[in-house]
Amino acid sequence: MTALLEMRHITKTFPGVKALDKVNLIVRQGEIHAICGENGAGKSTLMKVLSGVYPAGSYDGEIHYDGALAQFRSIRDSEDRGIIIIHQELALVPLLSIAENLFLGNERAAQGVINWPETFRQTEALLRKVGLNEGPGVQVGKLGVGKQQLVEIAKALSKDVRLLILDEPTAALSESDSQALLDLLLELKAQGVTSIIISHKLNEVRRVADSVTVIRDGTTVSTLDAHKEPITEDRIVRDMVGRDMANRYPERERRAGDVLFEVEGWNVWHPEHAERQVIRNVSMTARAGEVVGIAGLMGAGRTELAMSIFGKSYGRNISGRVSVQGKPADTSTVSRAIAAGLAYVTEDRKSLGLVLEDTIQTNTSLANLEGVSSRGIINDARETEVAEGYRAAMRIRTPSVFQKVMNLSGGNQQKVVLSKWLFTGPEVLILDEPTRGIDVGAKYEIYGIINDLSAQGKAVVMISSELPELLGMCDRIYVMNEGAFVGELTAAEATQERIMSLIVTE
Amino acid sequence: MNQTAKTGVSAYLMKHMRDYGLLFALIAIMVFFQIVTDGTLLKPVNITNLFLQNSYIIIMALGMLMVIVAGHIDLSVGSVMGFVGALAAVMLVTWELPVWVVIPVSLMVGALIGAAQGYFVAFWRIPSFIVTLAGMLVFRGLSLWLLAGQSIGPFPKSFQALSNGFIPDLFGVDKPNVTALLAGVVAVGVLVWLAVQGRNRAARYGMEMEPFAFFAARNAVISAALMFVVWKLAGFRGLPNVLISMVALTVIYAFITERTTLGRRVYAIGGNEKAAKLSGIKTERLTFYTFMNMGVLAALGGLVFAARLNTATPKAGFGVELDVIAAVFIGGASMSGGSGKIVGAVVGAFIMGVMNNGMSIMGIGIDYQQVIKGLVLLAAVFFDVYNKQKQG
Repeated sequence: MTALLEMRHITKTFPGVKALDKVNLIVRQGEIHAICGENGAGKSTLMKVLSGVYPAGSYDGEIHYDGALAQFRSIRDSEDRGIIIIHQELALVPLLSIAENLFLGNERAAQGVINWPETFRQTEALLRKVGLNEGPGVQVGKLGVGKQQLVEIAKALSKDVRLLILDEPTAALSESDSQALLDLLLELKAQGVTSIIISHKLNEVRRVADSVTVIRDGTTVSTLDAHKEPITEDRIVRDMVGRDMANRYPERERRAGDVLFEVEGWNVWHPEHAERQVIRNVSMTARAGEVVGIAGLMGAGRTELAMSIFGKSYGRNISGRVSVQGKPADTSTVSRAIAAGLAYVTEDRKSLGLVLEDTIQTNTSLANLEGVSSRGIINDARETEVAEGYRAAMRIRTPSVFQKVMNLSGGNQQKVVLSKWLFTGPEVLILDEPTRGIDVGAKYEIYGIINDLSAQGKAVVMISSELPELLGMCDRIYVMNEGAFVGELTAAEATQERIMSLIVTE
Repeated sequence: MNQTAKTGVSAYLMKHMRDYGLLFALIAIMVFFQIVTDGTLLKPVNITNLFLQNSYIIIMALGMLMVIVAGHIDLSVGSVMGFVGALAAVMLVTWELPVWVVIPVSLMVGALIGAAQGYFVAFWRIPSFIVTLAGMLVFRGLSLWLLAGQSIGPFPKSFQALSNGFIPDLFGVDKPNVTALLAGVVAVGVLVWLAVQGRNRAARYGMEMEPFAFFAARNAVISAALMFVVWKLAGFRGLPNVLISMVALTVIYAFITERTTLGRRVYAIGGNEKAAKLSGIKTERLTFYTFMNMGVLAALGGLVFAARLNTATPKAGFGVELDVIAAVFIGGASMSGGSGKIVGAVVGAFIMGVMNNGMSIMGIGIDYQQVIKGLVLLAAVFFDVYNKQKQG
């Protein structure tokens, strides 16, 4: 078979980070090609290079498509050549009908006047092709996620797709919807459509893929061909995680005290889709001086778990018990959760953690204004002293605490968020992706701060998508998948392979 | 050495263009109208009028600043002001209730109106634009109904004193009014003392310092302007009652916004509501209070306005919300919430007031007045956005 797509030595750098380093990818005509890799390995970046989101010239290397050198300057360019991406977050307009969505920006029209009979006729033909039994006039928002996914594929077909790229197509789908989708992919293959599928679900990969490319840390690790040798999940997992672990984590004396934080039978439902259970019967403990990790893929429900515990900031119909220091704790509002000794450092520090227009000083005191005021009047001098104290202790690099936080680097911003929460005097700190988007040096410093906290006898719960980080830092790791804890490993037992296989084997 | 100091000063000026710009703009506008009106603008009687005419705008701008800082808007203040004025008139004239009953009842009605609107904005998350647009129509209609299309007045002397009264001179009746002058001197003393305190604190904590020449010049200009105004007032009838309440309210609200946890939290809500909520701030409740506070101040504005005209008319408060909102934005508040200062809003209101007054003296028609005011608002906000872009 000839290659439809060949990406050669693709290198893409962002300021300070090499996201892709000489990646090679060969996709043959008419096959289903899977790309596997951990979060942040570079899969999405590679697809953005391919589709022209990062235009030709902004990366090194060559893309050969359909036998010729291709230089896509925009998504439009690549779509014109039949390369179509379906993202994890579907790009449909929920209030418009299926027909309107299918031909959005590509309307069947003459002089701007839409030809509805033609639109409906073509829509019906496309829906038959993808096996979706709905009328063209049905509002997309009223369909389930599985059917919406099919609408996306129909939309791709309407543009004469030759190379269909699906990013985590089954992540949000139920078992039967996933099977239907995979069957559709195989059927499209029979009709000559080539596809790339990015997936964490290795059993699905094994089922449909003709070949698999594994990417790790921005480089191609291996390309496996199902026609030459059977592809095993073990092999893929080993290639995905098999990096050497240098001493990137500061040493810590590990001694766990009494149970400080306990969650029992925690259940949460989705705030909008009342029938969807997001957290299923989760129970966990954290001891004084212990760092407990929660591993899982994006969408596993880790952030939802943390936010629902912290002042019911997420979800509805929340049930379960939380206790701190052996006593039942009321965490029903954020201020009560803070009073009970909890602190939650959010995953997204810019939109949830900081008031970017404000100064370091104002942000530091925000969650504990009582600590710098008497009878509601803020003591400016005291507030400055507190902020200065944390600036020194955390080594926040800034000319003064009167600097606006929007001017700080990611690492320094994260230190401001940590300062804010430490100033509330918490016993339990829940850290959600505490090192996301932070450079290696600042990461090491954050790890040092976490170790200090545990040495002071605090309980730290650390949510992270980076497995090496969890392995390097935690005494115990809970593994989460689809809203439930699917395993618990001690530091001694835990390996990347074991965590990965707990996640991928459902 | 000299060179670096110079660039430091100009860099500082560039960065704080907005703060100085506002003050310069007010002074420039006053000088301009002083000249084109042949000195009428700064005559004692006209300065007194300036305060009387604009007091209700300034009072409402204080509440509006907090609403806008919290990330909202209140379009209903003009109607609420008219409604409460009408209600007070009915209570005073038709029902003949005593003033000491009417004033607190009116303020409470204002609080209830604000609370009702705040309830929908804060707890049901209906955009404030829509809720207060509805309120604007509702209370416009209710005041027409209340007054049955007629004007009601006149009011008892004690009620009129709310606006038209003057602080009696404690040192006899000779001109100039010694009490007024004394109050002016004390005010200048307090202002300078506060400024020096602030500067010392800044020096202690290594904050960015205003160059000393600027500091001295700014305080000298403000002090001189203040004494000038007080001197003029002293030569007429002394300090108007409404000026005292206006100054007191301005000081109180400046204190609340800049020095209290309450004020800090309102800024945090406007700056990043989600982060504020996740920091334990009761965002809904505070938003609710912000609107309730606005209601009380709109009611007070209504009383002051009715007292000054000595009659409640169906047209009272018509379009006033736009002047109030314009004052806050001219004063440098951000449209997206989270920033803005009480002093800015007050100066913004004075800029609008001086322009209204000056153009009226010049005999410029109401048509051109509107056009000019609109352009000034646009220019002020454009200046803000332009400055921000250049810095960013």
